[in-house]
Parts: sequence; C-alpha cells; structure tokens
Amino acid sequence: MKPAMRTLAAILLALASRGAFAHKPSDSYLAISVEGTDVRGQWDIALRDLDFAIGLDDNGDGDITWGEVRAHQADIAAYSLARLKLRSGGADCPVHATAFLADDHSDGAYSVMRFEGACTAEAQAIEISYSLFADLDPQHKGLLRLEHGGGTRTGIFSPERATQSFELEKISALTQFVDYAREGVWHIWIGFDHILFLLSLLLPAVLAFGGGGWRAVERFAPAFWDVFKIVTSFTVAHSITLSLAALGVISLPSRLVESAIATSVVLAALNNVLPLVHGRRWMVAFFFGLIHGFGFASVLRDLGLPQNALLIALVGFNLGVEAGQLAIVSTFLPAAYWLRATWLYRRLVFIGGSLAIVVVAGIWLVERAFNMKIITP
Amino acid sequence: MSIIRTYIIGTVTEGLCVLALALIAVSARAAPYVPKDDSVVLEHLPVRPSDPVARELRQLRAALAADPRNRDTAIRLAERYFALANSEGDPRYVGYAEAALKPWWNLSAPPLDALVMRAILKQYSHDFSGAMQDLKAATREDPENARAWSWRAAIDMVQADYGQARKDCTALKDIVSDLYAVGCFAYLDGITGKAAAAYRALSEAFVRSGDNPPEVKVWVLTRLAEMSLRLGNVKQAEEHFRAAYFEPINDQFLLGAYSDFLLDQGRPDEVIPLLVDWFKSDILLLRLAIAEKALKAPKAAEHVEALRSRFEAAALRGDKLHQQEEARFDLYLLGNKEKALALAQENWKLQREPRDARILLEAALAMKDPAAAQDGLDWLERSGHEDPVLRETARKLRALRP
Repeated sequence: MKPAMRTLAAILLALASRGAFAHKPSDSYLAISVEGTDVRGQWDIALRDLDFAIGLDDNGDGDITWGEVRAHQADIAAYSLARLKLRSGGADCPVHATAFLADDHSDGAYSVMRFEGACTAEAQAIEISYSLFADLDPQHKGLLRLEHGGGTRTGIFSPERATQSFELEKISALTQFVDYAREGVWHIWIGFDHILFLLSLLLPAVLAFGGGGWRAVERFAPAFWDVFKIVTSFTVAHSITLSLAALGVISLPSRLVESAIATSVVLAALNNVLPLVHGRRWMVAFFFGLIHGFGFASVLRDLGLPQNALLIALVGFNLGVEAGQLAIVSTFLPAAYWLRATWLYRRLVFIGGSLAIVVVAGIWLVERAFNMKIITP
Repeated sequence: MSIIRTYIIGTVTEGLCVLALALIAVSARAAPYVPKDDSVVLEHLPVRPSDPVARELRQLRAALAADPRNRDTAIRLAERYFALANSEGDPRYVGYAEAALKPWWNLSAPPLDALVMRAILKQYSHDFSGAMQDLKAATREDPENARAWSWRAAIDMVQADYGQARKDCTALKDIVSDLYAVGCFAYLDGITGKAAAAYRALSEAFVRSGDNPPEVKVWVLTRLAEMSLRLGNVKQAEEHFRAAYFEPINDQFLLGAYSDFLLDQGRPDEVIPLLVDWFKSDILLLRLAIAEKALKAPKAAEHVEALRSRFEAAALRGDKLHQQEEARFDLYLLGNKEKALALAQENWKLQREPRDARILLEAALAMKDPAAAQDGLDWLERSGHEDPVLRETARKLRALRP
C-alpha cells in the first residue's frame, strides 16, 4: 500500500473501529507484607512485558521457555527492583530477590519473584515508589496489595501516581478480635478430635438409659438441657486450661496432651456402646474438657500471640471456638431428636457411629502416643 | 419418572462440572509454581522477533533511542504501534505509542502531526474530551487535515452528536476522495434512519472506486452488512459479512459484528469455528462463550471463568473501558440483570452507538424497568435508527409502562 493510501484507509477505520480494549492491558501484581522491620514481597510481572523491556526470547523462536526465564533471573531482579523503592522513616528499605517461580494469570504467563529485606526501624508509614515500565508503556499499572498486622490495603500505581505513602497504623482491637475469633471457628471446624469428642457425648442426649438398654426420650426439654449441661461444662473446662496454658501458667508436653485427647474420644464413644457413666456425662465433659483446652492453647501459640493484645486474642479465639461448637450442636440436636426413635438412629448412628469413633480415635491414640503415621497424612 | 431422574442427574452433574472448573480456575490463579523443566514453554509472543514487522519496529525503536526528539521517527513508530493495537486488540501497543510521543505528550501546543497522533491515542483510552480538544486545535491550525476531521466525526458519532458529525463529514468532502466522503455520510445516515439511501450511496461509491486495499474493503462490506440488517435484509447482510470475512486480513470488529449476527440468527454453532483462535481477545471471547453456552458446549464454563477473572482484573486496575462488554457478560452469561443494567447505564454516559443502546434496552427489559432505559429510548426516537431488533426491544419496553 502506498503511504497516501494508508493514511486514507486510516480515515475510514476511524469510523466504527475505535478501539474497544480487546485485551487486558499490562499490569503487574505486587504483594508486600510488612511486619516489624521485616519486608517480604512477591511481584508478578507479565513475561511479555519483561521480554519487551529486557529481551527473554534468546533463541528468537517466539516462545518463552522456563529455561530462558531462568537464564535471565538476575536481569529480571536487577531491572525490576531498580524500579521499586521502599522507604520508611526517611531511610531506604533495601530488598533482594529470594526465589523465582512462574504463574498463569488470566492474560498469560507471569514471572513470579519473591523478595525480602528490612527497614532500619519500625516506622509509622511506608513510602513506595513504583516506576516499572513507566518509560516504555505509560498505560502500565502496578496493582499493590499491602499487608500489615493482619490488615490488607490495596493501591494502584501509574506514572501519574508513582509514589504513594501508606500509614502503618496499629490495627484496631476489633479487627484483632475478629481475626482470632475466626481462627477459633476454623479450628473447631477442622479439629476432628474435638468434634468427635463432642458428638460422642451428644449422641446419647436424645436417648435415656434404663432397664439395661437405651430408649428414646419422650420430650425435647430433657434432651436440650442434657446437651446444654454437656456443652457448658466442656466450654468452661477448656476455657480454664486454654487461658492457663496461653498465659504460660501451666505447660504440658504436646505429645501427652494430644494422646490424652485421643484417649478422651475413645472413652467417650466407648461409653455409648458399653455404658459405665450415664447420668453425669457433663462431668465427663468437664474433666476431658480440661485436656482439650491444652490442645486449643497449642494452636493459639502457633498463631502467634500478640503481647500487646493478649486478652483480646484469648477471648476472641475462645468465643470463636464456642461459636463453632454452637453451630455443630444446633445442627445436630434437632436432627437427632427427630430421628431418635428410628432404627437408623439407635442402631446405625448411635452404636455404629460410636464404634467408628472408637476405631478412628484409637488409631489417633496409637499414632500420637508412639509418634507413628497410620491414617494422618 | 426416569426422565425426571435423568434430568436431575444431568443437572447435578453439570453443576458439579461447573463447580470443579471454577475451583480449577481459582486454584490455577492462586498458586505460583516451579515449571518441571527448562523446556516448558510458558508464553507465546504475539510477534516473532524474526517477523518483518518486529524487525521494522526494532529498527525504529533503536533510531528513536538514539535521537528521542526526532519527531518523524517518533510518529512513524507511534503509527506502527497504533496499527498493531487495532489489529491485535492489545492496548499495550497504545502505551508503547504513547511512550514514543513522550517529548510532546504534555505540551500545550505540540506540532500538528504530534497533536493529531496524541488525539488518536487519547480516544483509544476513551479520553474523548481530551482527544476532541486536540483535534479541534488541529483542524483550526490546518482546516484541510483529513485525519483530524475524520476522528472528529468518529468521536461525534460515538457520542451521538449527529449534527456536529454531519459538519465533520462536510468538512471532509472536499479534501478526501469520493469513497471516503461518501463513507462518512453513509455511516451517519445508516445510523440515523436513512439506511436505504446510505446503502445505495456506499455500494455505488465502492464500485466506482475500483480496487481497494483489504482494510477498506472489510470496512465497506461490514458497513453494508450492518445497513442491510437495519433494512431487514438478512440474506444480503450475510453475503456482505462473508465477503468481508474472506478478505486476507484479521479484523476484530468484523468478527465481532459477524458473530453477533449469527447469534441473533440463532446459529451459535457457526460462531465457534469463527472465534476458536481468539481466546485472548476479550470482546471475541465474550461472543464465543455466549455461543458455547447456547450449545451447552463443555468449554463454556472455562471461558466464562476466564472472562470473569479478566473483568475482575480490569476492576482492580480501575478501568471502565469494558462496561458495554461486561454488561453483556453479566446479562447473558451470569444472569446478573441488576449489575448488567447498572453497567449499561454507566456505559451510555460515555458511548452512544447502536450496540450501546441495545445492551441498555435489553438489560432494562430483563429488569422490567423501562424508565432505566429512557435515555436509550429517547435516542432511538431522535435518531430514527431502524434496526428491527432494537425497535422490537423498545416496543416491548414501552408495553411494560402502565
């Protein structure tokens, strides 16, 4: 096409061909977490953009392989980190690359670079200057996710907004409380040993023992109060030991605690099949609840207890555990009451279920006591 | 009974498949990995380094790097990138073009050629007011600048300022060849209720003009197809679409319009082979997914997920460039009528072309809320636009009124 013709063709193309953005524009994804003076991050940059900036396709075949990316890791780190400045309290926080991976985003493959570094002192704010590709593609944007003390903030960097400052405010007590409560709910939800222990004690609540066997209760009220007593005493008991252990007043070896928890599940379930204790199951709940409390405490310790907000974390976690328990009980009780007189419940669920719990918990006991792996992955 | 059971099992299985794919899509996005060995191909570049286009771009870039204030080189490079942005649909190239114009980007009165190029790039990013300001300055300085006038016409038409668009076409009349002048008026008339005359004028001018480059042929044939549809002549429209499709160039706007035509005609199976290689293009992937959904094709769920994550990414970066497509996505693929209507209304504030009106009316109809589409209904009356599909939707909307 002659140049004049090309210009004229462009005139017609102006009409009805204005560019709808058919592709996703160029973005990078920058995640930074600041804890104390430590800075850690992950930076996902599109391979296409890196190729345009520094050239990755060494053999010129139009494909970028992992080998080509690996060969340029040092270049990628040097090029990108020179275009990212972190400052805190008036001083630079130098960072260096620690690992390289790959990832697929919705518009293609990205280089993933992890990095870390440190600021000189814990500061009130962090200033981030971002100038990646600013000279090559002014439409490029950097999408930031900044994490600090359990809170997350986002930011968008562009050439017009290349430097932004983020306050590293102390996170609110409420946020902290909610975070720990959520962990509590999560722990009871994934903590099968606690759930099975509770279920073992709850299964007989809609039945009454007498005349050498179990029969269905007549009314809902006794079943409800039975459950209420069991759950309350379990709660009170594990709250006591959870607090004592979390505050460091008592400390037990975790292998002992975990084995004792498994034992408690075996005994509670076995008591349904061969009843020894029937009237006072709340006392069983209280006694073993003391042991389960130590188990909760070890989880809380793993989460990291904030020294400045110990009480908030403790109460939040504990209430989270209660909420999780309550959710289980409120689904279990109506269903069990409804089915209590059926063969399904009395034979299959009650006896069969209890036996199954005995078996599972028995295996746990062996695993934990002898430090073996049988069913736990 | 067995039919019901089969149906239930089918539905549940389908639901589980969708869920599984969604989970795969989410997990694929969430986890960086170390590829298993060096030979794993992670990315295909859109242009090979050995390609003549790539070589020319490389030379221009090197020349500009040596002399960044050389306006000729800068504008030539920007032109090349802009053409690539249009054919590939990748906004990165617009960014590269903008970078080439950097010395002139923030000047209040850059030289004429830089001014026009800057305006073209600005409108690409939907900065219509900034673009118009530059174009007005350009036509003041050079009243015979055909390029500036044609972009003025394009922007005025997007914003449904047809009086002004007619003036732009008139200004073009004496400075460009017959086909382009007729093309400008025919485009305008084709939207504003004079499609029959526009069709005649454009097809005659097309014949008169003799041989044309493929881009021009595709443009004219696509417009003729659209006008035929507005006149209710489906068969003729299809002939034009097919003729345009067999021209030896890629044109996303043609593919989009042709696919929409096939979807409207209830022929989604013919959309699949047309768009199967256009996964990377959002606007075409949207049509592909709509066709696949209509056919209950297994790929549909995966493509819906891909679109969802692209719209999420656009929202993350604060883009509002996709609203028309996103509204269609919400309405036809997610069944999220409320959000579709909000997006279509928001889009109408910026863009007022027939397809923008169509999604606005269809979303309002889905929500049974004629008042929400009042602006679109007013536009339809004022413009006299003839499209039977739009007119039928408008009739249904009005019938909802108490």
